Amino acid sequence: MSSTIETRPAKRHAADERYARRSLTSRLLTRPEIGALIGAIVIYVIFFAVAPPFRQLESLSSVLYVSSTFGIPAVAVALLMIGGEFDLSAGVAVTTSALFASMFSYQLTANMWVGIVVSLVVALAVGFINGYLVVKTGIPSFLVTLGTFFMIRGLNLAITKQVTSNVATNDVSTMDGFGSAQKVFASSFSIGGVSIRITLLWWILFVVVATWVLLRTHVGNWIFAVGGSAPSSRAVGVPVAKVKIGLFMAVGFLAWFTGMHILFAFNTVQSGVGIGNEFIYIVAAVVGGCLLTGGYGSVIGAAIGAFIFGMTNQGIVYAGWNPDWFYFFLGALLLGAILLNSFVRRRAEAMR
Amino acid sequence: MTAVVSEKAAPLVRLTDAGKNYGNIIALRGVNLEVSGGEVTCVLGDNGAGKSTLIKIIAGLHQHTTGSYEVEGTEVRFGSPREALDHGIATVYQDLAVVSLMPVWRNFFLGNEVRKGPRMDIPFMRRTAKKELLDMGIDLRDVDQPIGTLSGGERQCVAISRAVYFGAKVLILDEPTAALGVKQSGVVLRYIIQARERGLGVIFITHNPHHAYPVGDRFLLLKRGQSLGYYRKNEITRDELTALMAGGAELEELSHELEQAGAGSAAAARLLGEEVHDLGIDRIASGETS
Repeated sequence: MSSTIETRPAKRHAADERYARRSLTSRLLTRPEIGALIGAIVIYVIFFAVAPPFRQLESLSSVLYVSSTFGIPAVAVALLMIGGEFDLSAGVAVTTSALFASMFSYQLTANMWVGIVVSLVVALAVGFINGYLVVKTGIPSFLVTLGTFFMIRGLNLAITKQVTSNVATNDVSTMDGFGSAQKVFASSFSIGGVSIRITLLWWILFVVVATWVLLRTHVGNWIFAVGGSAPSSRAVGVPVAKVKIGLFMAVGFLAWFTGMHILFAFNTVQSGVGIGNEFIYIVAAVVGGCLLTGGYGSVIGAAIGAFIFGMTNQGIVYAGWNPDWFYFFLGALLLGAILLNSFVRRRAEAMR
Repeated sequence: MTAVVSEKAAPLVRLTDAGKNYGNIIALRGVNLEVSGGEVTCVLGDNGAGKSTLIKIIAGLHQHTTGSYEVEGTEVRFGSPREALDHGIATVYQDLAVVSLMPVWRNFFLGNEVRKGPRMDIPFMRRTAKKELLDMGIDLRDVDQPIGTLSGGERQCVAISRAVYFGAKVLILDEPTAALGVKQSGVVLRYIIQARERGLGVIFITHNPHHAYPVGDRFLLLKRGQSLGYYRKNEITRDELTALMAGGAELEELSHELEQAGAGSAAAARLLGEEVHDLGIDRIASGETS
């Protein structure tokens, strides 16, 4: 480090000059999402080369659609990880939201929007309970949310069977409010002959808002701080408990949003889906440069991570490879991304 | 021991007979302490003497269970560090309460972010952090570098200048020189004097009498959660302070312990014995324990 402790008022200009010497590459390499970006380009080029159908715009659109359905909850999961916590219940919470909205409206023959709003309250409550338990007990969120994961998984199946005598909900496509809700959560439109799913727009919106909050507002400062060092943050007056609970509720909110998409895209919801997806959200965040221990990361990185997931998921099909190998590739990808990230971070630290 | 008689205006911070119990464990008992503007009160004591408990009470992390705590003459009981900060009491902790991965300017303003509508005024915060640190003599190449990349002394100074910038009236410094070399300790001591001259009250926690004596106006010695003595500067000499700190009787005990250990230790024991004599521990400390 070239800073020193002595009083050197004359060096003022020198300071600015030293600042300018930091090259563009050095500054680029200190971005948390750079590893993911390089990885995304490499994977894109590979599939572009080996899978001719991958080159079509329509394929890109479907890759982006798959990416968005995982990328939306990954936005909140990344924020939560930067804030130093995990949520293993995020995957099944998506299903809970969809099941709840569907069954609530169907059973009471109410407008779909009533179910949508009530289900939002439920999803936020699940997030709140997760956060409250973590903050009040001091038990690692990995364990707390592992517990709530199993509980929610059980509830999803048990309540659905109780209510519908089936493992799936009834078709709600003829209910009041279905059309307008479908427009919001699951419609598509076409630009230049390429059909675009609305979730892509929502995804972009959520990434932009979350990035803005993280980098430009005091709340973002607090998120980094509680993840980096909760005791230090508390000592300087950051409301640590509120920030963490808020982050769990943000996961609840985006899980709810994803659940609404699933409900209005498929009209009926299987009570068993969503299990395992929580790991994909976490993979997206980690591949995107979020530090597992908190205090470092980026939402844009998590978006790139979700895009890498979507490309691999669809690319294997386009390339005509055996899809049985998908999870092997996903795991290798995760490992590669983590190695690349740690390498880049060490290089970046050395360059400073 | 000699109690300090309170004078003119109410001191910024005054603890009277304060104590703290954790369940049935008495961590602190019967402590008196005060600090006024332009004064440095040093709190000395070995590990486990109750220094941390004491500052946690003053800083609002814990509440006292007995006695009273007054700020500028008003009795207080803080529920959080935030409340203490609002009363102008800022603490610079041993771990400095900085988040290593975060840039210097974000750390500088953490918890006190300057807002412009819903967002932060980032250019102002960057500029101010740079300027305030330059005033403290730290010329940073880049306030965007993670604070973990600074040296211990620099981080200490960032933490102190942050507290001063946010209008602290009382600065509590928890062992600021403990992990520093001689030169950097000197720099930190200079800032303590600078803070005193700016009219701040400073509570300086340390276990090093050589650091405390030159800058302190009052000295509180703690041992096993109790006050071992409370002195004004003119009531105690540096040697007496050192002797009390060294733990008097214990030093002698240590010397006996070494003597018994065998021939190799005998020389060390002799040296220790000489030191006990030089410090005049036989004079002061013998009648000390209550």
